[in-house]
Amino acid sequence: MSFVNVFLLGMLIVCALAVSLTRNLLTSLIVYMAYSLIMAVIWMFLESPDLAITEAAVGAGITSILFFVTLKKIHAIKGDSEREPTQK
Amino acid sequence: MPWSLLYENLEQTVAVILFGIGFSILLLQRNLIRKIIGLNIMDTAVYLFLASMGYISGRKAPIVVDGVTEVTAYINPIPAGLVLTGIVVSVSFTAIMLALTVRLYRRYHTLDIDEIAMLARGEDA
Amino acid sequence: MSRRRSDWEQRPQARIRKWYKEGFLALDEEIIDHLTQEPRHTHLQEELIEAQQQAESSRQHDRALALERLDQHNMLIWARTRGRKAISRFHVVLALALGLLMIIFLLDTVAYMPRFGDPNAPGANEVSRRYIEQGLTETGATNIVAGMILDYRAFDTLGEATVLFIAASAVLILLRIDRNKDGSPVQELIAAESDDQHYEPRNDRILQGSAMVLSPIIFLYGIYIILNGHLSPGGGFSGGAIISAGLILYLDAFGFEKAGRFFTYKTFMWVSFFALSFYALAKAYSFYCGANGIPSGIPLGTPGAILSGGLIMPLNIAVGMVVACTMYIFYALFRKGGL
Repeated sequence: MSFVNVFLLGMLIVCALAVSLTRNLLTSLIVYMAYSLIMAVIWMFLESPDLAITEAAVGAGITSILFFVTLKKIHAIKGDSEREPTQK
Repeated sequence: MPWSLLYENLEQTVAVILFGIGFSILLLQRNLIRKIIGLNIMDTAVYLFLASMGYISGRKAPIVVDGVTEVTAYINPIPAGLVLTGIVVSVSFTAIMLALTVRLYRRYHTLDIDEIAMLARGEDA
Repeated sequence: MSRRRSDWEQRPQARIRKWYKEGFLALDEEIIDHLTQEPRHTHLQEELIEAQQQAESSRQHDRALALERLDQHNMLIWARTRGRKAISRFHVVLALALGLLMIIFLLDTVAYMPRFGDPNAPGANEVSRRYIEQGLTETGATNIVAGMILDYRAFDTLGEATVLFIAASAVLILLRIDRNKDGSPVQELIAAESDDQHYEPRNDRILQGSAMVLSPIIFLYGIYIILNGHLSPGGGFSGGAIISAGLILYLDAFGFEKAGRFFTYKTFMWVSFFALSFYALAKAYSFYCGANGIPSGIPLGTPGAILSGGLIMPLNIAVGMVVACTMYIFYALFRKGGL
């Protein structure tokens, strides 16, 4: 139970909490991308390299890209100043 | 509850806590995108729990090197196969949910689930 | 935590303090302000104005209708402002309590699980013993997990590829914008294209330069991971995701016209169809041979070489192609509503 292992597991919980507590939607997405990447490193600690490659390519890659493209379609990225949806 | 045993199975404890956090995000947040992120967090927490059942301390990843095929040299490969299928199914239904979110936004021009429910009910009346 | 900071109001400590002291009053004031300052033209408001105008022309039936809609409108406004205050506090407390209760019960279950990393765990039974000891001789693959999901449990992988195909069809139904009968673009398609290109950089030198260098390398890396799926970690899914990342980079840098030269709807259709039917036919042959006790005529090769493992490498290629096409179709449909 090395220190790096315990630290990474703690960072997972911090990332999961940070997803809900930030105001900006874009910040939540970037934190989710970091969460996915930390999960890929933890798979390596559990001696499963197949899962690590797949999670890094699919979770931190494809899912996050789809989220960003959705945000672009609903005009929720700061900078599109004339149209912004109502958010919490 | 024996606290020392919870520290022994630290991965499983953290997976359970993440499952609870993801569930709370799914219930509490009103924004649709954050609900979908909460669902994804629940998913990956379950995969972490599954994969940690296959680990055996002192043994290596299940790839045969130097022709060694004893059982005592590799970890259990079965949970890894189950989780591999799960990760791909998870990305599929995330894509479908995001497509539904885009259509809902085009119709109602809001991302708040309470507003959408009230507007939809107001149209039926 | 000094209160003399100019952005004290936006700091999380200030927000928590404000929430604790005033409950949800502050949030609801914001909602009421937002609702009363900008009158939103909902369907209900427009219909209300029409109903009131008709009632003024002295028709009893319309007057009764107008009164009923006024009642519903008032009820909605109450639900938005006052009712929310009562329900939201209860809802938040209940949701948090439910989450905490679930965590506590599941932690109690974790305490009874076998110890982490125990070699005598009930999960490490004779099934995994069979897969490890005879996996190499029966499947010919050095990667035990790849041999397991494409040989012993190939039916599950067929189901998973089918789930991907179903998801692609569902997203196509939801987001695709059709053309006219004679091929000319519909008004909605023109609006979607201009909306998509409005914020994109046109012919960005840096992006195009780096995409020209990086895309071939990404394709090569993805193909390498797919082909070596039975020898080292990787396989069809991760290799397909990497190839689709290379395609998305090319699409972002060069636009839809250039990408449409080699990837159209026909490409997607034929690639998916051939890959999935090849997978089904190959595994049907394996099932037939296994059920009747006939040895299948496919050579297993020497373990460690590229051309080994029987059917595993062609199946990896099929799965990789399906995954790559599906992920690229997702991205293109979200961006523009078509290819």
